[in-house]
Amino acid sequence: MTERVDHRVRDDRSHLDPAVLAGAESFARSWATAVIGSSYVPMTRAEVAQHLQDLTEMLVEALYATPFRTAPGYEIGARLVDAHFTGTDTLGRTIQLVGDDLLVELGADSDDRLRSRLAALQGALSAGYARALRERTLAEQEAIRAAVLDARDQAEAALRASEARFRAMFTEAAIGIGIADIEGRILDVNQALQDMLGFSVEEMRQYNVRDLMHPEDAGSVWRLYDQLIAGECDHYRAEKRFHRADGEQVWTHLTLSLVRDDHGEPQYQVAMIEDVTDRHLLQNRLRYQALHDPLTGLPNRALFLERLGRVFNNRGKRRRAGLCYLDLDGFKVINDSLGHDIGDQLLVEVGRRLDHSVSGEGKLVARMGGDEFVILVEGSSGTDDIVQVADRVLREMEAPIRISGHELSVSASIGIVERPLAGTTAADLMRDADITLYWAKADGKSRWALYDPERNAREVARFTLSATMPRALERDEFYVEYQPLVRLEDSTVVGVEALVRWQHPEFGRLAPDRFIELAEETGLIVPLGRWVLRKACEEARRWLVEFGDAAPFVSVNLAVRQSRDPELVRDVKRILDECALPPHHLQLELTESAIMGTADEPLESLRALSDMGIKIAIDDFGTGYSNLAYLKHLPVHELKIAGSFMEGLRAADEEDPVDSQIVATLVQLAHALRLGVTAEGVETPAQAKRLHRIGCDTGQGWFFARPGPPDAIDSLLRGDL
Amino acid sequence: MERPNWAPGDIDLERPSVARVYDYWLGGAHNFAADRAVAQRILEDVPHLRGVIVNHRSFLRRAVKHLVSVGVRQFLDLGSGIPTVGNVHEIAQGADPTSKVVYVDIDPVAVAHSRSLLLDNDQVNVLQTDVRDAAVVLKSPEVTELLDFDQPIAVLMVALLHFVPDGEHPREIIAAYRDALPAGSYLAMSHAGYEPGEWDPNWNAARTAYNSNVQQMTYRTKAEIISMFDGFELVEPGVARLPLWQPDSPDDVGDDAATFLGFGAVGRKA
Repeated sequence: MTERVDHRVRDDRSHLDPAVLAGAESFARSWATAVIGSSYVPMTRAEVAQHLQDLTEMLVEALYATPFRTAPGYEIGARLVDAHFTGTDTLGRTIQLVGDDLLVELGADSDDRLRSRLAALQGALSAGYARALRERTLAEQEAIRAAVLDARDQAEAALRASEARFRAMFTEAAIGIGIADIEGRILDVNQALQDMLGFSVEEMRQYNVRDLMHPEDAGSVWRLYDQLIAGECDHYRAEKRFHRADGEQVWTHLTLSLVRDDHGEPQYQVAMIEDVTDRHLLQNRLRYQALHDPLTGLPNRALFLERLGRVFNNRGKRRRAGLCYLDLDGFKVINDSLGHDIGDQLLVEVGRRLDHSVSGEGKLVARMGGDEFVILVEGSSGTDDIVQVADRVLREMEAPIRISGHELSVSASIGIVERPLAGTTAADLMRDADITLYWAKADGKSRWALYDPERNAREVARFTLSATMPRALERDEFYVEYQPLVRLEDSTVVGVEALVRWQHPEFGRLAPDRFIELAEETGLIVPLGRWVLRKACEEARRWLVEFGDAAPFVSVNLAVRQSRDPELVRDVKRILDECALPPHHLQLELTESAIMGTADEPLESLRALSDMGIKIAIDDFGTGYSNLAYLKHLPVHELKIAGSFMEGLRAADEEDPVDSQIVATLVQLAHALRLGVTAEGVETPAQAKRLHRIGCDTGQGWFFARPGPPDAIDSLLRGDL
Repeated sequence: MERPNWAPGDIDLERPSVARVYDYWLGGAHNFAADRAVAQRILEDVPHLRGVIVNHRSFLRRAVKHLVSVGVRQFLDLGSGIPTVGNVHEIAQGADPTSKVVYVDIDPVAVAHSRSLLLDNDQVNVLQTDVRDAAVVLKSPEVTELLDFDQPIAVLMVALLHFVPDGEHPREIIAAYRDALPAGSYLAMSHAGYEPGEWDPNWNAARTAYNSNVQQMTYRTKAEIISMFDGFELVEPGVARLPLWQPDSPDDVGDDAATFLGFGAVGRKA
């Protein structure tokens, strides 16, 4: 493009003869026609014609010039090439045309001298053309080769730049990158990976990928590796640990990729390895924190339950396990009196002692919260294993604990459960251990209790009873039986004791000892007692109507809780009123402790009842601790001597002098206080006879009659028996 | 792995390049044995091909001259090839030295050569890329730093689009350039082709020789070429056989002009 050619050759054609000039023009036209199209020339046809006209004139001048020189011919050849008449046909056609036509067109005589000159110019033109074309060709070849070199340089520079970029990516990457061949020979590792593993490139190159196996590797890591090497997968991710050069471990996320060659055959493997050790350790710490009690450092409830769950997941047929559920005795008192700080320190020490006394394979001590600890013993062989553990723990607790100048004696209660894993669950085990701990507490603390399925069944039944009692009352499952109170002097039925029974739909007929205590605990005794009182009063009223003066009074038991019920007097009065029963037909029985151990208020109630005309009896007299001096001031009318004193009076032939003396003394005491005396538990004629002799007023017991329905009393009163 | 688009291709002198084969046909020596071998083999099958090539080159000269005459001073020469003689900037800058030209070619050797020749010419840029990706061309610094898109620009597609088969959507390529040009811009195109009913077995031979040795080649009819000027108003004489498009003189119109194997046209964007 710099090859610009000045096509204007010369402008001094004036000295040529006009006829010659015309001939030259004619020749130039023929010449143009001959060579146009033989090469690409960036000129119009007219421009080409003009160019060749100029060259023709130059040629003509040289032909006639004096002295004759061939140099113009040479130049004409060169100028043809300069104008890009480079097609090889151009020269041939030109030489031929010059030889054939030029002299003819010029109208010149073809003398030898002129012909010789023309031949010389033709030769010079050819030489000039050849030389110019050669130079041009060489120049263009050189230019194109230089361009190739430039292009290659640029290509290589670009390639180098791209490689440098990739290299920089590889070198500077924060993620570890390693490349290995398909046999696993490590070829290169970047700085990040060297730093991560602590090996240099040279050291790493000594290794095979398989040398980086870690014993904790998941099986899948190397299974996938084999698949990748075999070309069955192109990449996979895994969590993997590596050994560092310094012996430490690195936790990583590994991504391994397969690089295939152009034919798709596996060629390289590229590993991208991210160091997640910190994250891993943090996770471990968080997990540890989540699963341990921060105060004692012991495993917490979550870890314990997890472990217990695992025990049950891995259970074999004959596997057993045991639990000690432990609770400090009186910890609340320490906490409340000495403060939480002391309490916490105490828990730390207890935790330490537990951990110390219960170390070993398959044993786990955990703090469940508060002052509750639990010990799990896996693979126990029997109850004894756990009892030994519990004994050791209790012994370990014996030494006083010294905290901030306080010498604290602590004890613990332990519930023990030990059983085969088959047929039970983790939840069962926990619940039963918890219940058993409660027993240990109830049995007096500072001890262990062993889970007892029968005791549990009883307690469950108790619980069931107490839970179903309110509905039982609504459904009329209770009923009242009556046992005669017989005057010993003439065997007349003077009264009846009302005894409540429960016809339980599941457990059948239940005696009061099965449910009265429960009713006292739940408070249901108040409505139940009221119900019994009403029933008894209704019955008494009936007897009064039927039998008149011969009708017995009813004696109704009053539980402790009832006796303290502020509504008691009003309730009793209302029931008597509603039943239209005169108060002297009602006797209320209270235990010694109910009467003696009471404050003033219940006494006032009793006094009010007594004032109404109701008799008050002390039930089971002699079994409690009665304040005899106090007895005199109480609103009491009758003592019922407990059946236990009747044992010694039972036999027909011989009596126990002590029992006999006690009963006699009690009778004397009662009579001295102007109280009536009823003997309970009279079962034999001998007893009845002796009691009468001693001076006892009234008897009650199987000897006279068992408790029975009201109509049984009716029969007695009618003298049917 | 696929090579990133900024990574260079191989420079393989054993593989003929369109640019160098053309150079050989035009009488240049910017070519190598492999180029010449193919060029000669094609010439044996299609002896008049050299004339065809010369005509494309001649059309380029006439088209640029026309564009200069209507005031265009910016040229985007797509598929510019090896700079031999009679290049766009010589013609344009011959008329007005401030004329600007961007040469674009995919051939790294042609581009390197152009760059070395044009080192001192700050009105000319050379870009190596695939002209089929108009967005890359139009966003390149070589184009954006030299050409003023508020002034008319002539896009030159001389002997280019018959190397773009229909499957590569030549119309969409043209449209992409067209849409980037300001109104008053031009498209100059020469394209191998013939009218329905005209058929010369040699043409097939030429195409076969191209297809197998150099590059896939597609002949198109006049109607197809007219449709490629969608969005342009064709200047006189419209889409014409190459020798018949604004010939320098009646003498230049040979006997075979009416059945010449190729068309040329210049269109103005409205």
